[in-house]
Parts: sequence; C-alpha cells; structure tokens
Amino acid sequence: MLFVAQRATAFVLAFAVAVHLATIIYAERGGLTAAEILARTQGNGWFLALYLVFVTAVAIHAPIGLRNVVREWSRWRADSLDLALAAFSILLLILGVTATLAMFIP
Amino acid sequence: MIASHRQPGFVAALLHRLSGVALAVFLPLHFLALATALRGADAMDRLLAITQTPVLKFAEVALVLALAMHMTLGLRVLAIEFLPIRERTAAAVSLSLAAAVAIGLVFLLNVG
Repeated sequence: MLFVAQRATAFVLAFAVAVHLATIIYAERGGLTAAEILARTQGNGWFLALYLVFVTAVAIHAPIGLRNVVREWSRWRADSLDLALAAFSILLLILGVTATLAMFIP
Repeated sequence: MIASHRQPGFVAALLHRLSGVALAVFLPLHFLALATALRGADAMDRLLAITQTPVLKFAEVALVLALAMHMTLGLRVLAIEFLPIRERTAAAVSLSLAAAVAIGLVFLLNVG
C-alpha cells in the first residue's frame, strides 16, 4: 500500500517538479520582488490546480520516503514512527495548501 | 569502503536519500516563507531581502540541485522498476547526475 502510494505520487511529482524547476528558473529572470511574483501567480487557475496536486503528492511522498530512511538507518520502527510521520504528512498538507492559496488567490 | 558501496547503484541510492531528507527538512520552511504573502507584498519583500545574503543564496542553489537530483534519480528508479531496463546502471546514474547538475548550473547562471 505504502509502496504503491510512493510510486504513484512519484509519477505525479516527476511532472510537477519538472514544471516547478522550469518555473523557478523563469521566476528568477522575471524578477523576484513580491509584487512581481504575485502578479504572475495570482488568479492563475491552472497553476493553482497544479500546485494543489503537487502539495498533496508531496505530503504523501515525503513522509513515506522518510519512513523508509529512518527504518533503514535507525532502530526506530515502533508505531510512534508511523504516528510521527502521519503528523508530518498532515503538517505538510496544511502548510502547503496555505502557502499555495496565499500565492495564487488574490 | 565496502566493495558494494563503490557500485553506482549504491551512490545513486545514497544521493537520492540524502537529497530527499534535505528536501523534507526544507519544505515546511519553504511553505511558511511563501505563506508570508498572506500578510501582504511588504512582508514577503522583507523575507525575500533576507534570502539575498550569500549564505542563503548558496543554500538556495544547493536546494535546487537537491530537487533536480532527487527528481532525476527518482526517474531512474521508476525506469528500472517499470521499464524493461536492467543494465547500464552506471550510465543511468551518470545521466541522472549530469542532468541534475545541468539544471543546477542553469539556475546558478540565471541567479548570477
């Protein structure tokens, strides 16, 4: 189950990260003042949708990846690890959606 | 060094994991920084001014490199798992890292 979720989100992220990297490079050229950034992002419905999908995929992908790393590199395998990473997932989702709405909703 | 640790696949897995951990640590901070837009353009500009220091510029380039590296090495994993590719690991790792460094350099030159 976690393996499938990790790989499914990886496919989504491969596309989203490629777009994000291109956006970062473009944004550096277009100017990095808040007004310039927000002028490009606010009201852009397609990018709002893309980044909401991006954030959701990250909130699933990152905790599962961390879980694999922690379980391999430490002795922490108890239920508390899963609880901590579930909390991390929710934190990422809340912070990510808040940040996305802040950037894209005028 | 253990012999298996000199294999390209081990190096790729290690870099993939380290870049993933770095991104996971950075992400909440990134989201909190972007959310300053909620407090208006002035608040966001004050934060952006802080990111212009050399140390944070270096960190920014390192994070873009980590993101590019995590993506390209992840594509390698997906290719190995879902495509009939079982050989040429060294070539695949080299290609992944070269693509990541190229993206990092484009960003660095753009920033400069």
